Amino acid sequence: MKTTEVKGFIEELLKAYPEKARKNRAAHLMVKEAEPAGCAMPDTVPDTLTDNGAPNCGACAIKSNVKSIPGVMTARGCAYAGSKGVVWGPIRDMVHLSHGPVGCGYYSWSTRRNLAQGKPGVDNFVPFQFTSDFQEKDIVYGGAQKLEEICREIKGLFPEAKGISVQSECPIGLIGDDIEASAKLMQNELGMPVIPVRCEGFRGVSQSLGHHIANDSIRDHVLGKGKLPDPGPYDVAIIGDYNIGGDAWASKKIIEEMGLRVVAMWSGDGQIETMKLTHAVKLNLIHCYRSMNYIARHMEEEYGIPWMEYNFFGPTKIEASIRAIAARFDDTVRENAEKVIAKYRPSVDAVLAKYRPRLDGKKVMLYVGGLRPRHVIGAYEDLGMELIGTGYEFGHADDYQRTIPQVKEGTVIYDDATEYELEELVKGLRPDLVAAGIKEKYVFQKMGFPFRQMHSWDYSGPYHGYDGFPIFARDMDMAVNSPTWKLVKAPW
Amino acid sequence: MRQVAIYGKGGIGKSTTTQNLVAGLAEAGKKVLIVGCDPKADSTRLMLHAKCQTTVMDLARERGGVEELELSDVLLTGYRGVKCTESGGPEPGVGCAGRGVITAINFLEENGAYTPDLDFVFYDVLGDVVCGGFAMPMREKKAQEIYIVTSGEMMAMYAANNICKGIVKYAVSGGIRLGGLICNSRKVDKEYELIAALADKLGTHLLHFVPRDNVVQRAELKRMTVIEYEPQAGQADEYRTLARKISENKNMVIPNPLTMEELEELLITYGFMDAEEEAAAAAKA
Repeated sequence: MKTTEVKGFIEELLKAYPEKARKNRAAHLMVKEAEPAGCAMPDTVPDTLTDNGAPNCGACAIKSNVKSIPGVMTARGCAYAGSKGVVWGPIRDMVHLSHGPVGCGYYSWSTRRNLAQGKPGVDNFVPFQFTSDFQEKDIVYGGAQKLEEICREIKGLFPEAKGISVQSECPIGLIGDDIEASAKLMQNELGMPVIPVRCEGFRGVSQSLGHHIANDSIRDHVLGKGKLPDPGPYDVAIIGDYNIGGDAWASKKIIEEMGLRVVAMWSGDGQIETMKLTHAVKLNLIHCYRSMNYIARHMEEEYGIPWMEYNFFGPTKIEASIRAIAARFDDTVRENAEKVIAKYRPSVDAVLAKYRPRLDGKKVMLYVGGLRPRHVIGAYEDLGMELIGTGYEFGHADDYQRTIPQVKEGTVIYDDATEYELEELVKGLRPDLVAAGIKEKYVFQKMGFPFRQMHSWDYSGPYHGYDGFPIFARDMDMAVNSPTWKLVKAPW
Repeated sequence: MRQVAIYGKGGIGKSTTTQNLVAGLAEAGKKVLIVGCDPKADSTRLMLHAKCQTTVMDLARERGGVEELELSDVLLTGYRGVKCTESGGPEPGVGCAGRGVITAINFLEENGAYTPDLDFVFYDVLGDVVCGGFAMPMREKKAQEIYIVTSGEMMAMYAANNICKGIVKYAVSGGIRLGGLICNSRKVDKEYELIAALADKLGTHLLHFVPRDNVVQRAELKRMTVIEYEPQAGQADEYRTLARKISENKNMVIPNPLTMEELEELLITYGFMDAEEEAAAAAKA
């Protein structure tokens, strides 16, 4: 579809809104125009691309990180989801208490498929769901006593737990419970970190504020609290990989084969015990920029640790990222990098030989969260697929500045898209694959479109690294070329 | 059964006035229930001759939930058969007292505390309407009439005006009405005129002017209403009159709250003018 055609299509779909909503939503939808001169982005975004250094020629301007319109169906989550669900939840050697009524904890239990090593109940608490299960009396009289009682119970039942994070649900903020005081009391009594996190769901416009709040609480209560016994020149930390379906393990493998040492994982398969040593690393490697750039920037300012973004989706981006990371180190690492690339080249070629002919020229539309709306584009392109639309649920301007230069002219960009807009766009642009979240999945499958759930990898994964790419290629092929869709009669 | 809520600035004498006037109603043979909507649980002390020890929320907390309570646990009988109950709630600074009021009132309703033989239910509500919980007695199917206790002091009048704003909100959706102002005198200059004028501006009336009398304090020390402690006192008659006026009151309105400027103007007219006149008189002398 031509740019002008797509633009007309967006104008048409906006007509369904009342005047005020139409004006609001129009600023969140755009079609990529021809790039102005000097705006091309490198394959791997360097760390020099900070807020001030971002290419900001106006072509990347799309409204983002503002309140959703009441009444529309947004796919966004809340601050609690961002803190407990994304940032804190995957840390495996501590207990994350959903503090408040039972639902928030129960319905976010294991939904992100953050895999973790260790023995459940001993040094791995990721499979568990802890809740303070607020009752009427806890609201009226406050939950301080109950919180303290639960902390003691946790220590008694799970003596190996290395800490407790208290993830505030909405009522905690509404009744003004002083969880900081209770946490301090328990920290002293139990002799382990008890960390209050003020991530009440009503705060902010999306889960994004929850990421920030969680980063800040890790900064205040975890970072710098330990001492790395044997610091070395090749120490790095993986920041913003949540080990969904084993992603972080696939990433770690590559980084270790390059001769680097991963001191800490933030926070997929992470441990509070190693996260607190992160201030000793030489370089922070950021995968999900959106959810953890805050801590990376803090470590840069406070400890002078540089950080860089990388992308381990699909061989093109993996190779570029390996080389960009290696460039920060000595010749040994650079040589190792080339060896790693060469080592995996045959298996990559085999995957491409098998799947590229089956997927070549197929069109994909994305709608995801933190990093994927830009990071997975390369992996699809490696398979010969073409991106025709992408967008973030809770992105900020710096996400779009990193995304828009990477997409082709005519690509539709949508911020905080409503389910109506997505439906209309899919009907109009007719992609061969829709890759979005669980809220979209069944809508599009019922419409007869192949779909992949790109938040939890649809119970599959990993998708990161060399281990992940064959699985990614297989899954996309399985969706796009499934004979099922020929049997589904679309309702129009 | 008439459901009546008493609001007013904290410390103005809502609980004292309510219990004294309820004593008047009881003496006249009316059947009354007092629902204390204040975590301090001091709305029934003069009726029970002791501070209520079994509030709805305290007992619910002890037993695990309101589901574990029987009405008889929390519904006590005081002076002349007046039924008394208290919502109870947390200490200042913790939890959500407003939610406690909501839970307690729902419990009383669901468990049949409002029997048809009652002539009156009085809600004695904590200070200002700080959140939705304390507006609970104003909501649909609860109190139909509100009386505001005030005095001639600026902040008491300010609070009264604010409460009227709350009444307007619930009058539209629920049907509650303002029955009048009760002036609990602080012996402010021209207090009667001031409150009468405020009532007039709000579109209501000054239902009764309760003079200040130390017998009220003496009776309180004995945990009694004036009518019980010293039935012959002039102050006892004041409360009997207030009880009769409430019984007979037909003046129910949706108030017109004043703007801050109007309120200040009122004070200048009745307060500062007076001070200026005095100053002028002193200068003459």
